[in-house]
Amino acid sequence: MNHKWNFDAVWDNPEALLAGAVGTLRIFVICLVLGLSLGLLVGLGRYARRKWIYIPVSIFVEFFRNTPVLVQILWFYFALPILMPFEISPLMAAALGITLNSAAFSGEIFRGGIQSLESSQWEGAQALGMTHAQALRRIILPQAVKRMLPALTNRAIEIFKMSTLASAVAYVELLQQGKLIASINYNPIEAYTVVALIFFAFLYPLVQATYLLERKLRQGD
Amino acid sequence: MTKPAPPALLRVTNLHKQFGDNAIIKGIDLTVAPGDRIAILGASGSGKSTLLRCLNFMEKPTSGRIEIGGVQIGTERPQRDGSVKTEYSERELTAVRQRVGMVFQQFNLFPHMNALGNVMEGLRTVKGLAFDEANTKARLQLARVGLADKADAYPARLSGGQKQRVAIARALAMEPELLLFDEPTSALDPELVGEVLRVIRALVEEGRTMLLVTHELGFAYHFANRILFIADGVIHEDGTPDEVLKHPRQARTQAFLARHNEFHF
Repeated sequence: MNHKWNFDAVWDNPEALLAGAVGTLRIFVICLVLGLSLGLLVGLGRYARRKWIYIPVSIFVEFFRNTPVLVQILWFYFALPILMPFEISPLMAAALGITLNSAAFSGEIFRGGIQSLESSQWEGAQALGMTHAQALRRIILPQAVKRMLPALTNRAIEIFKMSTLASAVAYVELLQQGKLIASINYNPIEAYTVVALIFFAFLYPLVQATYLLERKLRQGD
Repeated sequence: MTKPAPPALLRVTNLHKQFGDNAIIKGIDLTVAPGDRIAILGASGSGKSTLLRCLNFMEKPTSGRIEIGGVQIGTERPQRDGSVKTEYSERELTAVRQRVGMVFQQFNLFPHMNALGNVMEGLRTVKGLAFDEANTKARLQLARVGLADKADAYPARLSGGQKQRVAIARALAMEPELLLFDEPTSALDPELVGEVLRVIRALVEEGRTMLLVTHELGFAYHFANRILFIADGVIHEDGTPDEVLKHPRQARTQAFLARHNEFHF
């Protein structure tokens, strides 16, 4: 093997990579915020005693946990517009797939976190005259979120990595731009190496921060 | 002419509570007048804690009627099979619980808030007081239980006795008309029991209406103007401390007291 490294295509197109990084960050933030917010609702729904809430939410969770995100994205992009009278952009299709998948997974994290709290905390709140919603917001969730933080940050890292699936519908993000650069002089080694390193540069500090957070939380107990 | 009796603060009629097939409370009638201090005694599993927990609806009664200040709690709805089911709205229950405070055996403090935060929580979230007002009231209550200097301490840094005193301050801050104590010293090391009982005794002197489930017979004798002995989910004996503790009429009460006094010297 005598590959001659040639990064010309990478260095000559910094704006392509920059656009890719912006695209990756954009879809990451959208899916993180929407996915976790929806996940909280899903978690509460799975915890609900009323059947008409519990059953549809459970079907949602099982469906999105047991189908690949890539299939969901392709379905939203290619199949949904045939069924519905509207256009769907690559960003919308990808964000929809990743968000719903994250909601299903983080919903289980929220449910577990809420259920991990002792009933005495609910009783302490209710004995003061709090409503269910007040007890949840003031007493239960603040404690549950603290216990869930490690799992939720793992979810965030997964969402970051899943953003590359958006390249399947030609959404402009890092992997999509990597493919583009790779095809300029046919130098996939250099292009994909740089893309991988950029992801590493984003994720490594995030993962380290997670470890630090976990250690700090353990000390707090 | 006799003086009319003061109106009942709480009236319980034919109260029943079942968990599945297991009947815990089997028909209890009880009237509490303002200023009453009632100690509830009984063996483990007799139903004394369940009775107390029904009074602020931590447990929903299976059947029976509970009136507070002359107003019945819950709405009775006849069922198709001829029985009557009582339904409780959240609004009604939150209103009742503001009038009927509770102190738990395990304190149930909020670990993510410091002592002051615990006492302020109900004032802010439930009563909707402004921060400054809630802060002032909460500090007053903490001072009253002797913990003014622990306002910033989190529950994890407090002893069991201090935790229970914060819990009492938290309940008092809501200015309840009736205060329920569910074995408030049972989870404490023996040397910490005294500080909690002293706080409760100070409340007696204020003329507060209180119900106390306890195993501390000596304290019950001095605390209460009335003692209930509960066994098998019914009230077996109901009278003054002298009547129940010194001259019990029922064989079960006598046996219970004998067991408790076995090792006194």
